Amino acid sequence: MKFRLYRYNPETGAKPFMQDVELDIEPAGKMLLDALLAIKAQDETLSLRRSCREGVCGSDAVNVNGQNRLACITPLSELKQPVEVRPLPGLPVIRDLVVDMEPFYRQYRSIKPWLVNDAPEPEVERLQSPEDRALLDGAYECILCACCTTACPSFWWNPDTFVGPAGLLQAYRFIADSRDEATAARLDNLEDPYRLYRCRGIMNCVDVCPKGLNPTAAIGRIRSLLVKRRV
Amino acid sequence: MNTRRFDALIIGGGGAGLRAALQLARSDYKVAVVSKVFPTRSHTVSAQGGITAALANVDDDRWEWHMYDTVKGSDWLGDQDAIEFMCREAASAVYELEHMGLPFSRLEDGRIYQRPFGGQSKNFGGEQATRTCAAADRTGHALLHTLYQQNIARRTQFFDEYFALDLLRDAEGYCLGVTAMSIETGEPLLIEARTTLLATGGAGRVFWNSSNAMINTGDGLGMVLRAGLPLQDMEFWQFHPTGVAGVGCLITEGARGEGGYLLNRNGDRFMERYAPHAKDLAGRDVVARAIAIEIAEGRGCGLHGDHVDLKLDHLGEAAIAEKLPGIRDLSIRFAGVDPAKAPIPVAPTAHYMMGGIPTNLHGQVVAPAHYGPEEPVPGLYAVGECACVSVHGANRLGGNSLLDLVVFGRAAGTHMLEYLRDNPYARPLPEDAADPSRARLARWDRRGSERVTAISDDLRRTMQAHCGVFRTDAVLREGLEKLSELEARLAHAELQDTSRVFNTARIDALELENLIGVARATLVSAIHRTESRGAHTREDFPQRDDGNWLRHTLYSREGDQIDTKPVRLKPLTVESIRPKERVY
Repeated sequence: MKFRLYRYNPETGAKPFMQDVELDIEPAGKMLLDALLAIKAQDETLSLRRSCREGVCGSDAVNVNGQNRLACITPLSELKQPVEVRPLPGLPVIRDLVVDMEPFYRQYRSIKPWLVNDAPEPEVERLQSPEDRALLDGAYECILCACCTTACPSFWWNPDTFVGPAGLLQAYRFIADSRDEATAARLDNLEDPYRLYRCRGIMNCVDVCPKGLNPTAAIGRIRSLLVKRRV
Repeated sequence: MNTRRFDALIIGGGGAGLRAALQLARSDYKVAVVSKVFPTRSHTVSAQGGITAALANVDDDRWEWHMYDTVKGSDWLGDQDAIEFMCREAASAVYELEHMGLPFSRLEDGRIYQRPFGGQSKNFGGEQATRTCAAADRTGHALLHTLYQQNIARRTQFFDEYFALDLLRDAEGYCLGVTAMSIETGEPLLIEARTTLLATGGAGRVFWNSSNAMINTGDGLGMVLRAGLPLQDMEFWQFHPTGVAGVGCLITEGARGEGGYLLNRNGDRFMERYAPHAKDLAGRDVVARAIAIEIAEGRGCGLHGDHVDLKLDHLGEAAIAEKLPGIRDLSIRFAGVDPAKAPIPVAPTAHYMMGGIPTNLHGQVVAPAHYGPEEPVPGLYAVGECACVSVHGANRLGGNSLLDLVVFGRAAGTHMLEYLRDNPYARPLPEDAADPSRARLARWDRRGSERVTAISDDLRRTMQAHCGVFRTDAVLREGLEKLSELEARLAHAELQDTSRVFNTARIDALELENLIGVARATLVSAIHRTESRGAHTREDFPQRDDGNWLRHTLYSREGDQIDTKPVRLKPLTVESIRPKERVY
């Protein structure tokens, strides 16, 4: 198979370039990560992150033929050749396919992603009905791979001020949790022309989420909560 | 070398490390977590089925029954004091996770959802119990993210993408921190700490066919071996019965807990023959051996007869979507099969290391020293899969590993606080403490003729062929010879890539050194144990031998030395559970 890989090594002083690689690999049943690791076995200077190789740890998000995807669950047989693999867009490149995720993590931390409940703790679990628990489905499964946020033009323009789809989905995960008591503060934290309202409903996030989640819908729900508390 | 100083240092950002960090973060001490990946990428995230605790939300249950099942599951190699401690603490540890926000699935009455898992019984070996608390089939993900979120809330100091190299110890054996390397810059770093916890997880990548993440390379075990400390019970590796055939990704035991079952090529529910009572929910070692036998005797499914079928479609699409959504996803992606329509092809896959760094139930690393086999190494702790406390003995029960992480993570964090109070002043670091690490790094700037990837692949193939589900003396010894050849090749290995910035080839090389140490400990221990117990099946010694082998193995790197120490059969407060035949 034919691949075109984004290569950049800050130590050489050379500019980033696209490297053509031909790999002898039978695509049936194999994932893009298998191919990248086979290429790395030949040329170990290729740098990438990977861990679980089953789509749950979120390490190996890359841009494949223009779309952000997890390499480990992208079947080779689906890909048009030459397969162009680039680092996630919108984040500084450290080397090759490895980006600096800190701007993404900073936005995640900014929504205070932890349960707030100051009521005295019972000696057993807090109760939650299956219906209330079901509200968390589609939100808690986020693996922080950054496919969505780095596919979002609003984040490209305002990475410092716009929370981005992943962070907003996590904000919604806590707003929606019947056990969380900080909804008002969470909404205050987002009621801002940039933090929430930079979302223009482009829905790239929904297109690319490897877990099939829908950040745009969650953002819509946060917006309606903000409207509701005004009137 | 740049130096940073903390009171407490945790190596590893998985469930065990993060739970311990949380305990310490609640104090005024300075705490740092070093992780070679961003913490939510740790392998805890892959745990599917759940965390076991006798909450009795669905059916009658008592922690004593959980303890009985765990001792029996361990084939009596587990230490009963540690098992009692874990099962007693289980409920509070789970409630605490719920209070932190873990999104457990719920029962109609709003309590935490529980499902049946293998090896669980009511009333000391009676009917199937329902004991494993779950967040759908993503419990590890939910647990890891929750613990990470709590650590952000408490502003724990993280060194993300730093690779720990070696333990620092002084002449009296005190652990004074570690050397590490920033993966991003390649810069070495010395981190001094009065107390250090290893929570570096498993080493399942030592096998070819493995459910484990690629980061599971036994780094903490390598550090301990290089420090001259022993590893315990390294012959015991769990082969999970249901990995996706040919791939290794895990299909949770929860799939059988929810009512799935295994079929051979004739359509027989063969587990009825091997475990008439518990059937598909017998201990994992029992089910894995049964599958291996079915395949070996020509009753495997598929063109090559190399797997069996896991049938789930009778559960119905709705139940699968609600209870096992992640499994359905994995199966469609990696096996090309929708389990709501057709059975999943499965085969045993290396999954969990029951052995590890010997500790007591405070998480203190213990080693033979002046007076006995179990003297704490001052300042050094270990918890989670890298540790051997030993609650899993010769075979771990499903749902007990997440429990192990949080119970002993909490216990170790608490004990580290006591240690810090009793040892208020940092001890001086010997001048040459970091020299071995410098040498280790410098070694990889040398030229050579061998490649790291090739040696890694051969290592994993060797362990798969020579240390799998069934073992014999001859096969193990042959494996050890091959391992010696691999070690010789490793000495001549070189890096093509000697750059500094995000050089993952260098990390692969350092990980391979750790894996080789794990492989040697495993093979030597497996040769030494001349009995079959739990996951360690010796065809040349098919019986369990309580007379000689109700003992833990202790392996030391120096001269491949093997010692043993007795299993602790005495629990903390309840009656001892005496060894008897283990049938399901």
